[in-house]
Order: sequence, then structure tokens, then C-alpha cells
Amino acid sequence: MAFLLAACQTTPTPPSDAGTLAGTIEVDGSSTVFPISEAVAEEFHKKHPGVQVNVGVSGTGGGFKRFVVGETQVSDASRPIAASEAAQAKANGVEYVELPVAIDGLAVLVNSQNTWVTCLTTVELKRIWEPGSTINNWSQVREGFPNRPLHLYGPGTDSGTFDYFTEVIAGEAKASRPDFNASEDDNVLVQGVIGDPNALGYFGYAYFTENMGSLKLLAVDGGKGCVAPSDQTVKDGTYAPLARPLFIYVNVASLARPEMKAFVDFYLQSAPALVAEVGYVPLPAQEYEAQRAKIG
Amino acid sequence: MLWPVLGPRLTFRQRLGVRKTLGRAAYVFLLGTTLVGIATLAALLLDILLDGLPWLSVDFFTNYPSRHPEQAGIRAALFGTLWMAALTALLCFPIGVATAVYLEEYTSQNWLSRIFNTNISNLAGVPSIVYGLLGLAIFVHTLSLGRSVLAGALTMTLLVLPVVIVSAQEAIRAVPDAHRQGAYALGATKWQTVRNIVLPAALPGILTGTILAMARAVGEAAPMIAIAALVYLTFTPVSPLDRFTVLPIQIFNWVSRPQAEWQGVAAAAIGVLLVLMLGMNAAAILLRNKYQRRSEE
Repeated sequence: MAFLLAACQTTPTPPSDAGTLAGTIEVDGSSTVFPISEAVAEEFHKKHPGVQVNVGVSGTGGGFKRFVVGETQVSDASRPIAASEAAQAKANGVEYVELPVAIDGLAVLVNSQNTWVTCLTTVELKRIWEPGSTINNWSQVREGFPNRPLHLYGPGTDSGTFDYFTEVIAGEAKASRPDFNASEDDNVLVQGVIGDPNALGYFGYAYFTENMGSLKLLAVDGGKGCVAPSDQTVKDGTYAPLARPLFIYVNVASLARPEMKAFVDFYLQSAPALVAEVGYVPLPAQEYEAQRAKIG
Repeated sequence: MLWPVLGPRLTFRQRLGVRKTLGRAAYVFLLGTTLVGIATLAALLLDILLDGLPWLSVDFFTNYPSRHPEQAGIRAALFGTLWMAALTALLCFPIGVATAVYLEEYTSQNWLSRIFNTNISNLAGVPSIVYGLLGLAIFVHTLSLGRSVLAGALTMTLLVLPVVIVSAQEAIRAVPDAHRQGAYALGATKWQTVRNIVLPAALPGILTGTILAMARAVGEAAPMIAIAALVYLTFTPVSPLDRFTVLPIQIFNWVSRPQAEWQGVAAAAIGVLLVLMLGMNAAAILLRNKYQRRSEE
């Protein structure tokens, strides 16, 4: 039996580890990254039933608050750690390593009845979304667009998606006009855009792929021509600038615990399959290998 | 005076017609407003049943969360909810009843008791997330209880305590004064009167208020997001100091996912939560009826 297990193992972990590990691992952070961590925790639990992996959804910022005081071992993040958060970690003696685990595209969408637009430039998006913008009619967006009101839909201000979009489009995180339909629940945004012929919205690409028939996806021109998001363009970086990496942050000191080391190793090893399964785009395979080398 | 427009020029017979029409209009209007509430509830229940029923199975109750909708279950959330509700009841019942007895039986109506009463009513109106943050600061961090069931139950106790106190006060106030005077006349002390006369008579009302407060605690999501905020865990609590999650958090997480199947899973969990709450409300009514009959004998 032990021999059979050993034969199935593709990792260099000694087979005696399987099933005998014990302990509790606390993961918290971004709700965007949550489905990946949940999938990994679920598979890990099947292999190591003695290890308790708890996954929370306090949001990227909320997760970092707990991570920098050593309350959690792994932090899910949909943006890199901020300078202030890094300073707090340092003050508390928390050393960490940043591991990108997937790429998430931000999709810009309109109602399926919208016939006049197939592509927007980042300049146009900036003029629409920047703070103080007075654009409230499609005709103001571009010469030749019809005289119809423009209704905006976007994630709420606590969301990492909002932070990322405002940073790359308006040039500063959280800099956005305030008068748009905001929701922390992306499904609410999807329903809003589906029901409103004058809508323009942005949210995670995964929410588009699940509602493909009822939404119209726009290509985005970041200066090198119009590119629509797809698994391919998100992965190879041509869908710029609206593709972002998703991270996990790992407490370095906790890696000394065998169950933590096994969990993070398992995370990176199973990420390519599980990331795609929950609707995100995996990184190229060699990147995961490089990260596994990084955690030793 | 009552009919400034129609005035005295109308005959009695004409006024009668107007009054009858008004009466009918009021009936239709009041029936309509009642139906709005009932129809909304019926539509909600029907929608949830249609969406959720296919996902309800034994596995749904015994499985832990999963990324596969068909394997996802509410075991962790259901047990967490029951643990928290039971602990909250144990904590808030004695504190709430004792407070109500003190305020109703032991203090006279002076400025101090008025301040107490006003503050308790005000506390009942504080947004629930504020209690969540208070619980996070005091129970989780200062008292180092961690994100445990006990910390959650203590937070929920703070949240529902005003409701329990106010309903207990009302129940105690409803006990006729003649009963107390009778007890005193027989030589009973104040405590004997409270213990043997007032509390038994007030118990149905107190229990109803407490169970309704529990039902509220079970449905609250906001304070639990601050305390628990867990959505994936693979164990059920075995002691008050264990980590936990509750149904509303699990439901919120499922609803916000992109894949359509999760809406069905969420609907099934909402159905379970509704049955739990309706069951508690029904228990409140049954208990009240049972004790009311006994106290009338």
C-alpha cells in the first residue's frame, strides 16, 4: 500500500507525510481569490484530513490587517501589498513571500442590444470614469455615438477590482467618479447591465464567461489596438492594462511547519488545473515551478 | 364639523351612501396593504422553493463546503448557527430577565430608571455591524477569545439583549398589580413575590420575546462577518472556543459567485435558514399558548 502511494506521488515529498500531517492553517483575504484557495483547501483536505485549513473572505485589505500581525499564515490578495501594510508587517516582525497564483481579466461590458460600440480606448474609459467626469450621454464618449443616456455600473469601493481599475484607468487607486451604480456583489452588476440597454460596466472576466449570451464584451485599446479579453490574451499579456495578477502572501516563519510547507507546495502544484476550473487564467507552468523553488 | 365640504346641505340618506362607500374603500385599501406583505412573502418562498428544492438532499446537510455545487453542503454553517444561537440564548436569557425584573420591580420611576429605559431602547436601534465591531475589539482581541463561537455568541447577546429586556419588561408590566398586593398581604417578601407570582405569570411573554430575539440572531450576517468571516472550513465546533461560520455568511458567499448553479445552492441554504426561523417563531407561539392556558387555570 505504501509502495502504491509512493508510486502515485509526483512530488518529492516522502510518502510517509501523506495523511499523517496535522495542524491548523488560517487563510483569509480577497473574495476574488477565495474560490482558488477554497478549491486548493478542499483537495488538500482529501489528502491530509488531519490538517484543518480555514479560508475566510475579509477582503484584500481586511486579510492583510490580520496577516501583518501574524494572525493568519496565508493572505489572499487581488493587489500587491501596500507600502503601509508592508511597514506594519515589518514592525511586527512578520516576514512574507509574495506568490502570484493566477491572472484575472477585468471585462468592460455593455448590453447585448448595444450596436454602436465594440471597442473603447483607455483614454475614453478614463474620461468616462475619472473623478469629476460629467459624461452622462453616449454621444459625449465618442463622435458618432447615439444621443442616449449613459448608465455606469461598477464594483463597490471596498473591492480590489475597483482599486485595480481606478489605478490603471484613472491613474490613481480609488480615484473614480462617485455617481455610478455600485455593488460589492458582481452578480448584481451583471443583472444591471443585462437589463439596461444604455449600460456600461466593468467586473471580473469570470462573471462574463458565465453570462456570455446576455452581455456584449468590449475590446479595450490600451494604445496598441483593440484587444478583447480571452484566456489567451489575458495569459500572454496582450489584454493590457486590464489584466491583473492574483496573489497569495505566505508567512515565511510558518513555512517551518511541515503542514504549511506541504500546503503551499500543494497550492502551487495544483494551481494550473484548479485555477482554470474556478474560472481564472493560470500562469505559465514554469512560473509555478519558479515559485516552488522560491519557497524551498 | 366632520363634513366641511359636504356640509349640512346633504340629507342623512346621502351622507349614509358616502359613509358606506368610504367604509368599503377603507376595507379594500387595508386588504390591499395586507396582501402586499403576504404576496411578497409568498413570492419569495415560491422562488426559493423552485430554485432550491432540486439541491436539497441529505448530503446537503452532511457535506462541508466544496467548489463543486453538487457536493457543497451546509454542515459547518448549520452547526455553527445552532451553536451560536444556543449559547446566545443561555447568555441573554438570565441577563435580560434579571435586568427587566430590576427595572420593573426594584426601581421606582425616577430620572435614573428613565435614563436606563431610554438607553436600552436606543441600543435596540444601533446598527448590527456596530455590535460586530465592538465584539471584534472586546471579545476577540481584548479578552483574547479569538474568533470563537463564544465570542460570536457574546456579540449576539449584546445585539439582542435590548429586545429581550424590553419584551420581558412588557411581560412583567402586564402582570396585574392585584397579584403582587395579594402576595404581600399574605406576608411574602419582594423576592418571593417576584419568584413565585410575577415571573411565572410573565414567563410566556418573556419566552416569546427571547425566541424572537434568537430568530433575529440566527438571521444576522453583518456582525458575524466581522467576527467569523469564514466560508471554508471542514469541521463543526466541539467547544465554545472553536472557530465557526454561520448560514448567512455561507449564503452571501454562494450568491456572489459567477456560476449559475450557486444560485440554486444558495436558495437551498436560504430555505433551510427560513425553516429554522419559522420553526423558532412557531415554537415561541406554542410555548406562549401552553403557558398562557396554564396560568389562566
